[in-house]
Amino acid sequence: MTDLLFLVLSAVTLVSAVLVVVNRNAVNAAMFFLLSLVGTAGLFVLLDAYLLAFVLILVYAGAVVSLFLFIIMLLDTRPEAQKPFKKMTVAASLLGGLLLFTGVLSLVLRFTPAPVGADPALAPVGASLKAYAEQLFTTYLLPVQVVGFLLLVAMLGVIVLSKRFQEPESRSQNSGGTA
Amino acid sequence: MLHAGLEQYVLVSALLFALGFFGVLLRKNTLVIYMCLELMLVASTLALVAFSRFNGTMDGNVFVFFILTIAAAEVAVGLAIIVALFRQRHTVQVEELNHLKN
Repeated sequence: MTDLLFLVLSAVTLVSAVLVVVNRNAVNAAMFFLLSLVGTAGLFVLLDAYLLAFVLILVYAGAVVSLFLFIIMLLDTRPEAQKPFKKMTVAASLLGGLLLFTGVLSLVLRFTPAPVGADPALAPVGASLKAYAEQLFTTYLLPVQVVGFLLLVAMLGVIVLSKRFQEPESRSQNSGGTA
Repeated sequence: MLHAGLEQYVLVSALLFALGFFGVLLRKNTLVIYMCLELMLVASTLALVAFSRFNGTMDGNVFVFFILTIAAAEVAVGLAIIVALFRQRHTVQVEELNHLKN
């Protein structure tokens, strides 16, 4: 049963990732990205990381994908149907992706102690909320503070980036605004 | 309820990462490139959760928290940059954004 679920969820994740890459329309790509995220969240549930699955759906599907859709509709980009991909680009990208895949996989599988994964009696430490809280407030207290500060900086950066600054003397001219 | 081993999860994660990389190399639309970057981040979180689960440690799960936070901040800043770029150049296709070249 779990094996079947794993197969289905990973198939959903990978197929929709392929469709994100090959889809011409940016809105459809965002929708398939959403589907891929849902598949990943299902895989998280299979790995007993319930909180992370929930947070993934909440943050990614809730915030990130809707922000993407908002920007896509705001910018009103036309579907790039006019130009097919160059053969050379496709070949080089495929080669690069395959090289990366084999490199990562061989690196990981060489250094992974294989029999560890075969132990089904291993306690699911990621299943309890208490473990997260304990780690975040003891071992990772400083990184939590730093990440909070990073969020503040990102917020200020977004405000600065999206505001149109104009010099007082050039306000009468029809300058395009240097954002 | 644990039959699919660590290798299978790592395989899915590596495939997802490679697909994201493929998309970054292939696509011309900046927004779709950005989406593929996010796909790569999600693939790395999947690997971290799988390693954490199969080794019985908590660290990978906590790292996923940080990755999610930083990804959210990154998306906000990156999309603001793309909007600012679109205001200046009126395009989001990377092949037309070559003003540094000349």
